[in-house]
Amino acid sequence: MIVEKINKSLPGLIEDQIWFRDELQIYVKKELFISFMKHLRYNEDFKFDLLLDVAGIDRFSIKPRFELVYILYSLEYNMRLIVKLKVDISDIVPSMTIFWKSANWPEREVYDLLGIKFSNHPDLRRILTWDNFEGHPLRKDFPLQGPDFNEKFNPDSIKVY
Amino acid sequence: MGLENYLKHENILVTNITDFVNWGRSNSIWPCTFGLACCALEMMATSLASYDIARFGSEVYRPSPRQADLMIVSGTLTKKMSVMVKRIYEQIPEPKWVIAMGACASTGGIFKSYSVVQGVDQIIPVDVYIPGCPPRPEALLAALMKLQAKIKTEKLDSRPDVDE
Repeated sequence: MIVEKINKSLPGLIEDQIWFRDELQIYVKKELFISFMKHLRYNEDFKFDLLLDVAGIDRFSIKPRFELVYILYSLEYNMRLIVKLKVDISDIVPSMTIFWKSANWPEREVYDLLGIKFSNHPDLRRILTWDNFEGHPLRKDFPLQGPDFNEKFNPDSIKVY
Repeated sequence: MGLENYLKHENILVTNITDFVNWGRSNSIWPCTFGLACCALEMMATSLASYDIARFGSEVYRPSPRQADLMIVSGTLTKKMSVMVKRIYEQIPEPKWVIAMGACASTGGIFKSYSVVQGVDQIIPVDVYIPGCPPRPEALLAALMKLQAKIKTEKLDSRPDVDE
């Protein structure tokens, strides 16, 4: 039902759609992503006024490498939609903080752990690891024990706040 | 029952100052109130009525490190948190002691990871280590008694804050 609505108002945007456990996941085209999200947020047919989470997936060795997952919910119509966007390692994704304030911290988390950059984000700093941390730990090519596991730990090397 | 029965005729008690000070210190080890992970809940359970850490004079969890003697590092110490833990340790005035509670605080435990300090002894000196994941309250009390025994063997001039 949602797919028909989207196809009617914005034809040709959906690259692929998956139904999984009664929830719809759609892959959208990168070029029209921001206007599509704006449409979902403000259009009377959708009114997805709640962005529950932003997550990232590293599909290492597949190109494009990353996937962004936006979980949307419409209080008005009680519908849920998962929007997925394929991004490559050098891509800069427009921040969704202009439409949903709740995108702020999840996007910082995605930036921190996967290294995907967002444009127009109000405060794109690391959120979980410390400020001078090097690398992005959720990437599949990040060594789990870190680069300096066998050296004695020095707390002065951690820069916090 | 009490001491008064033995001391009712103006008696004199003779001891040396080391034993006297160590007796006082070992029976009033006040811990610093802070917890890092699930071990902290066992630490709280230790202070409740069934285990009653007050029997050892350590029930007074101090919210300010300035008033504490003992730091119970209860839980996983991440590298980001290590800065604050070291600062709290440095804020505790001498004499001070440290218990590394549980596998994580002692060795890093199951977290062989980029983000976890592999044992708090890498950043602060530790007196007693407790194994377990998490250790039961009895284990914490056993560690406390071990620490009391250790304090009773200390020489007054062996502490780092005493001038030679």
